[in-house]
Amino acid sequence: MVKDKNKISIALAGNPNCGKTSLFNTITGMRQHVGNWPGKTVERKEGILEYGKIDFTIIDLPGTYSLQPYSMEELVARDYLINEKPDFVIDIVDATNLERNLYLTTQLLEMGMNVILLLNMDNYGEKKGQHIDERKLSMLLGIPVIKMEVVENSSKKKLLDFLIEEHGKKNKSKLNYGKEIECPIDHIADLVKSSKICEHAPPRWVALKLIENDKVILEKVKGYKNGERIIIETRKIQENLSKIKGEKIDAIFTYARYGFISGLLRECVKKPKIDRVRKSDIIDSIVANRFLGIPIFLLIMYCMFQFTFTIAEPFMGWIDTSFGWFAGVASAWIEWVGAPNWVSSLVADGIVGGVGSIIIFLPNILLLFFFISILEDSGYMARAAFIMDKVMQKIGLHGKSFIPLLLGFGCNVPAIMATRTLQNKKDRLLTILINPFMSCSARLPVYVLFVAAFFSKNEGLIIFSLYLLGIIIAILMGLIFKNTLFKGLSSQFVMELPPYRIPKLRTTLLHTWENGKQFMIKAGTVIFSVVLLIWFLGNMPFGVEYASENSVIGIIGNFIAPVFEPLGFGNWQNSVALIFGILAKEVVIGTYGTIYGVSEEGLAPFLQASFTPLSAYAFMVFVLLYVPCISVLAAIRKETKSWKWMWFSAGYILVVAWIVSFVVYQGGLLLGFV
Amino acid sequence: MNNVGRMRLHELQDKQRAIVECVYCEGDLRQRLLEMGIIKGANIQVEREAPLGDPLHIKIKGYSLSLRKEEACDIEVSIV
Repeated sequence: MVKDKNKISIALAGNPNCGKTSLFNTITGMRQHVGNWPGKTVERKEGILEYGKIDFTIIDLPGTYSLQPYSMEELVARDYLINEKPDFVIDIVDATNLERNLYLTTQLLEMGMNVILLLNMDNYGEKKGQHIDERKLSMLLGIPVIKMEVVENSSKKKLLDFLIEEHGKKNKSKLNYGKEIECPIDHIADLVKSSKICEHAPPRWVALKLIENDKVILEKVKGYKNGERIIIETRKIQENLSKIKGEKIDAIFTYARYGFISGLLRECVKKPKIDRVRKSDIIDSIVANRFLGIPIFLLIMYCMFQFTFTIAEPFMGWIDTSFGWFAGVASAWIEWVGAPNWVSSLVADGIVGGVGSIIIFLPNILLLFFFISILEDSGYMARAAFIMDKVMQKIGLHGKSFIPLLLGFGCNVPAIMATRTLQNKKDRLLTILINPFMSCSARLPVYVLFVAAFFSKNEGLIIFSLYLLGIIIAILMGLIFKNTLFKGLSSQFVMELPPYRIPKLRTTLLHTWENGKQFMIKAGTVIFSVVLLIWFLGNMPFGVEYASENSVIGIIGNFIAPVFEPLGFGNWQNSVALIFGILAKEVVIGTYGTIYGVSEEGLAPFLQASFTPLSAYAFMVFVLLYVPCISVLAAIRKETKSWKWMWFSAGYILVVAWIVSFVVYQGGLLLGFV
Repeated sequence: MNNVGRMRLHELQDKQRAIVECVYCEGDLRQRLLEMGIIKGANIQVEREAPLGDPLHIKIKGYSLSLRKEEACDIEVSIV
């Protein structure tokens, strides 16, 4: 294949926490595009830039420890490399953790990639008295090796110049696993080549993967005409290898790779004589301490909560006021121009209101991701998961699920976005599905209104019982899903506790900005369309009083009211309030105001006429549990990349809400409450 | 080979050093443990239990890893 001389494509590969993202940010800055791999939930980051009259395309592959296909991350990375064959694969390696980091390198070399090894954070290693001879390493591996601190701005120029110089040269990898393994690989590789199987991939790699029992490659080969024959041949070789080595096949290959690596390290790395105590170990002895660990964790969680929701409050207030002001000005102007009433209402309530209800989430999302990004980059996130895992394990979740669930008490939208820290798809989906039961702050005003009208003696207790009920339902649903939908999917905990590092402001800000932008674009469209839809339902047919019994929404309310009859609140006003509540929970209050034609303070008598204390409690339970709001659904759609999961979660949540409210109301009646 | 001094990883005392002998589990977990460097002959050490008793913080190949006891139970080690 002839490649364009003025174009260089680069893929960045490396373990998690190796500095890969920092390098990507250093090179591309703001010129990066974050999307998803086609049809996958894995993030795809791409950047382009021109340097030295050459167009560079840079793909940031997902950070993985290996290229074994356990999860989407590894598969995506592997498929990209095999199919796209980038000009260079830059393998970023943490010099302070060389041995394990080189494991991925061996796998990249197996694939016949044009690898450049980048030793990052060598200054940390040097400080500890470790010295790496990069020339020797380069010689023994047969590929270029450079030392570089990727967080330094100068690394961009250094790396790009290096790439231009290397462009066009072909590496000769000296990877070798010894005769006993290499000979069988060659044998199968010849068969693969002559049978024209998987022609887009290097035959040696296909052979190695076959012998290693790689599920994905086995399936692929089976699809070919001569595939069966090759697989039979492979089985023979596997048996033979196992016999010689006295080990299972998977262990043989892991040993071979680590064996090759330890040979390299012996030759090229001078280790300090005495292992000095590391800073990370000292921090861990405090932060993960048996007695201090939990208080410190709770303190950090408290700070995160305060930071995200308290600081955001005034901003949200300003956004609310300015959009209100803007809506007022716009509608006044439209009326002055002489357009009919409905146009000004469409602009003010529909369009401006719709945009406002997207922007209102921005302060929360930006602040939260700023904080989360710091927690992740500093290394504390892994410790938080370490500390909380025991609790989450009981519901079948990963320790990392704790933070998204906790954040749900503030707002479920950023909470659902925060599930990105979970790598396992099952853990992530489960955390997303039960997240809406965490009672967010928008539900509180509804409780407050009802509690004041019906339970003035036990306000705190009643509200507390609702929060608790939400948690209990979340745990129950977690257990149910674990034993049904997600049955049989194994979840493993094995998690690296990376060394503590000081987060880089640039990385943090970029991360924060990216998340805010994505929310605006992806979730924004869904939210905006539903706001408009509800506006139309409230104003149709033309000339009707907004959200009255004769509007479409009132008619729908009347129609569905019987569904709520067994729950104790079956009239059209309540149904309409609940439908509007899908926009945002606190809108329930405003809707009652509109329907009864009074301000919020005057609502109590109307509510007391429509509810008994028991049905009021059942109503609060329903408000607690049913679809949190359209923005949450939009977030679920965005994070799961699937309409199916969004509709599923909306549907099951409604059913759960109905059942629980039913049990509360009917059970209460049986027990003699009114 | 004799089995004196052999035990499972979760039975080690904090800070006690050992050598990995065998990984007994199957499937993806086994692959993952092997790749993370938990292979026969590797030095391994339990740093501490999490405050609530599980998981474990271990040291392997010069870095820190966390494993649930359930997972550590599948790893046979011998005391140095």
